[in-house]
Amino acid sequence: MEPTIVVEHKTQRVKKRRFKISTAVMYIVLTLWSLTTIYPLFWIVNNSFKVSRDVMNNSFAISWDPVFVNYQNAFDRINIGRSYINSLIMSFGTVFLVLLLGGLAAYVLSRFNFRGKRTIYSILYATLLIPAFATVVPVYELLIKTSLVNTYWGLIFPQTAGNLTFATLVIAGYMSTIPKELEEAAFMDGCNRWQMFAKIFVPISQPVFASASIFVFMWSYNDLFSALIFVNKENVRPIVALLNEISSQYGTDFGLMATAVSLTVIPVLIVYLFISKYIQKGLTEGAVKG
Amino acid sequence: MKGDRKYIVLFLLPAVAIMTIFLYYPFFKSLYLSFYRTTGFFDKKFVGWANYERLFTDKLLGAATLHTLEIMLYVIVFQVGIALVLAVLVDNISKLKSFYRTVFFFPVVISGTAISLLFVLFYNYNFGLLNNLLAQFDIEKVLWLDDKNALKAVSIPTVWHYVGFYFVLFLTAMSKIPSDYYEAAKLEGISAFKRTTMLTIPLIMSDIKVVITLAITGTLKVFEFVWVITSGQNGTEVLGTYMYKKAMVDQNFGYGSTVAIYMVVFGVLLAVIANRLLKRDEITY
Repeated sequence: MEPTIVVEHKTQRVKKRRFKISTAVMYIVLTLWSLTTIYPLFWIVNNSFKVSRDVMNNSFAISWDPVFVNYQNAFDRINIGRSYINSLIMSFGTVFLVLLLGGLAAYVLSRFNFRGKRTIYSILYATLLIPAFATVVPVYELLIKTSLVNTYWGLIFPQTAGNLTFATLVIAGYMSTIPKELEEAAFMDGCNRWQMFAKIFVPISQPVFASASIFVFMWSYNDLFSALIFVNKENVRPIVALLNEISSQYGTDFGLMATAVSLTVIPVLIVYLFISKYIQKGLTEGAVKG
Repeated sequence: MKGDRKYIVLFLLPAVAIMTIFLYYPFFKSLYLSFYRTTGFFDKKFVGWANYERLFTDKLLGAATLHTLEIMLYVIVFQVGIALVLAVLVDNISKLKSFYRTVFFFPVVISGTAISLLFVLFYNYNFGLLNNLLAQFDIEKVLWLDDKNALKAVSIPTVWHYVGFYFVLFLTAMSKIPSDYYEAAKLEGISAFKRTTMLTIPLIMSDIKVVITLAITGTLKVFEFVWVITSGQNGTEVLGTYMYKKAMVDQNFGYGSTVAIYMVVFGVLLAVIANRLLKRDEITY
């Protein structure tokens, strides 16, 4: 009996080892790619704590003696704090409007039966094909005529319109899965449609509202094209427009550039780390397939 | 329900209003403007198809189209390709899954403008990271943003930016494949490689199709990478930057609108073609 056991043991061992090599290769490849996403961020933050001369000559060295002169410049000379506030106001404004209007529209589209519903859906899908390029000139003209250009609304309105289709489709997709019994029970309790929306559908649909708001925020916060055209005055300029300005105005001040990028990126990444579960869940729920 | 009509109108109205004012009306106005020669906003003259005729003789537009198509090729091959490979690998390992998921998504949440600025620092001839790296190995410095390299140089951040996004979509699709499929494959003694190529990939084909369509339409919107890194110089002009220059820098609203309409038509055509080429039966479990 004994020899056979030993033989079996051996083959098993060989198998296990082969398995391990291929697994090791997989981990190596994955780790290499994760280095491409981590190292550049480390590099830029590391260099933001150096004076420009050191960024130029010694960009790989770790800044054990961090200097904060770039951060001082970022806040005093280019007023990055102001742009931050502008970005937050406009992006949160957009998210709020998109969720409110998109939520209401989605509720109607997913829970009511009426003539023309299919047409509305077709129009919505077609709307996804209209890029910002195809609306920018008339919107700009409209904003000038209504003196909304270079005000917060001048970015919030166009971005709301641009993101509403996506949000409506995603939220409607989620709401249509809510069981009808809930609705009937609420109706029995004497809820009207508005109460039903606010007290039942919004709370139940929280996950989809969360993931939609994250994507809308991201797209709004990162949208350079609209920002350059609609809100490019210093007092309303969001952070992406400021970054663009830095690259053309202060293109030789490497330390300042590194700091500006770090200041833009790090808060977003920290927030992301806290909510990454929702983002991935949002994608999982077929958010993009809509 | 009684009185539903009132609520249908009431609830749809705000969304319809803002989309009409800031999306549909401007879109049709662009279409309208594309038939006019304009000077500023107030002086315009109907010119029929003249702007569209100009499209076909506009060499810069032709070049911008070709550059966009080249970036699109890189995006489909590398962005979608790398995302798929990474998803297959992560699907096959047991540890650190959520670590990779989190980390691969980093670039997606960062603004393209910040990434572009980062790459400006990488590509700088005298002091950039890449030439610094070469210097360490005593290799001569390279002009990363000259005529020969510039388009590839802006394609790299473009591709890198969204790999994580498609990676998550693929991984999600894979996680939906029922595990008995894999158990059956295991009983048949099929190797991991064969399992991936014969089972996993065919099963997520419809998702690959969606991702390729997203990648195509997404590439047509590329703007900030080119704008910040090269401003469209040295053979990197793409449709987005060209439209911006015509409409906003030259303030030629008529022809700028024509270019925008061209981009819409081009995008729809490409999406339709891609869907034809990738036509497959939907798989439901």
